[in-house]
Amino acid sequence: MFWTVTLSLLEGFWGTLKLFCLTLVFSLPLGLAICLCSRSKVKLIKLPIRLIIWVIRGTPLMLQLLVIYYGPGIFLGINVWGTDNRGRFLAALIAFVINYACYFSEIYRGGIQSIPVGQREAGKVLGMSRSQIFFKITMLQLIKRIVPPISNEIITLVKDTSLARVIAVYEIIWNGQSFIKSSGIIWPLFYTGAFYLIFSGLLSVLFVRIEKRLDYFR
Amino acid sequence: MPILEVKNIKKNFENTEVLKDISFDLEEGQTLSIIGSSGSGKTTLLRCLNFLETPDEGTITVRGKLLLDGANPITDQRQLRENRKHFGLVFQQFNLFPQYTALENVTLAPLLHSDPSMKDEIIEKGKALLAEMGLADRMGNYPHQLSGGQQQRVAIARALAMEPDILCFDEPTSALDPELTGEVLRVIRELASRHTTMIIVTHEMAFARDVADIAIFMDDGIILEKGSAKELINNPKEERTKQFLSSLSSR
Repeated sequence: MFWTVTLSLLEGFWGTLKLFCLTLVFSLPLGLAICLCSRSKVKLIKLPIRLIIWVIRGTPLMLQLLVIYYGPGIFLGINVWGTDNRGRFLAALIAFVINYACYFSEIYRGGIQSIPVGQREAGKVLGMSRSQIFFKITMLQLIKRIVPPISNEIITLVKDTSLARVIAVYEIIWNGQSFIKSSGIIWPLFYTGAFYLIFSGLLSVLFVRIEKRLDYFR
Repeated sequence: MPILEVKNIKKNFENTEVLKDISFDLEEGQTLSIIGSSGSGKTTLLRCLNFLETPDEGTITVRGKLLLDGANPITDQRQLRENRKHFGLVFQQFNLFPQYTALENVTLAPLLHSDPSMKDEIIEKGKALLAEMGLADRMGNYPHQLSGGQQQRVAIARALAMEPDILCFDEPTSALDPELTGEVLRVIRELASRHTTMIIVTHEMAFARDVADIAIFMDDGIILEKGSAKELINNPKEERTKQFLSSLSSR
């Protein structure tokens, strides 16, 4: 029984992992784009973006999942997600990407603001171009400052993926819970916790390593 | 012909006139010190010379070449960067790049601006400059491993590595502990004795008097008094200059 459960949970964890990785792949760069827009001097770009960030950060992710999955059908009368698992997964992915991109954008914004203006001015005075200043001076300092808050968010994301089951996306908790109905046992559900723990533990080790690597300067 | 001609520079921030009408010349090999109370516009003037601020009006000419015309500002970024290279700037807060060693700080910009084949030469020159600053044994250190005085000397080497026509200093010792100002002032004094053209904004009156050829006293956005540094600091003519100097010596 233990092996049957473990195998089933591993299969469910694959769903968790896919959602986790794809969310990061898209939301980390999208966050940077949102960050640049929210710092724009053009009000027509800045204000709508700030509004979106406010809404996304001000409402529960679970609600956003429901709105994105059911919203188009209810409000527009069109079924954009189809009926199969892939459509639900895509809807969940989009909700996660938008949500996390907004959080990341605020982290980037704080990071950029915390770099002293003098760094950019020193680059300017040395005749460096905007892109040289960004890539040669600002970027590494920015990365150093945002690694701790970003790693916090990423570890939260590991656990947030479980919210996807409100729109019936298969992930590890879904599989764990299914044993209650099928076999009348609850321990597989509790057992899922071990998977989260091990995975977030590995990530923590990775982030500590990155922080150490960047420890050589202040 | 003077190396630097500054004519009728005006600069407003919001509704405040920070620079009202600044004109002066500087001969090659001379050191000019700019003194005056905070808020008098000294730093803004220096930032205009380094193109960190754009004057609303006025011109800046180096070696007869018009680099900046406030009425007709340069929009081409490449041209702006070229023009900027005539000036070097040493900041009050050093502004070294924390992720680079002392030597990398000095060679970063020259390496970016030149052909890869020049690499060895640039690095050798960077080492020589740091050695001149008395930092031969500190080249591999990161800024946070250096004292303030050492950091500022690296910053001076970094500015010199670009071979500017005119080297500017914005209160180079104001962020330093008193016991560390000496080593930085010694380096600047050495540069002056080798006839590096320099503009120094400073509160160190004794230093300004000894090192500078010319001094300018700025007050409320204008040049109130200009003359030989010794004369201006020892025997100021204007009442306001006297007041300022005596307020410093009474501290």
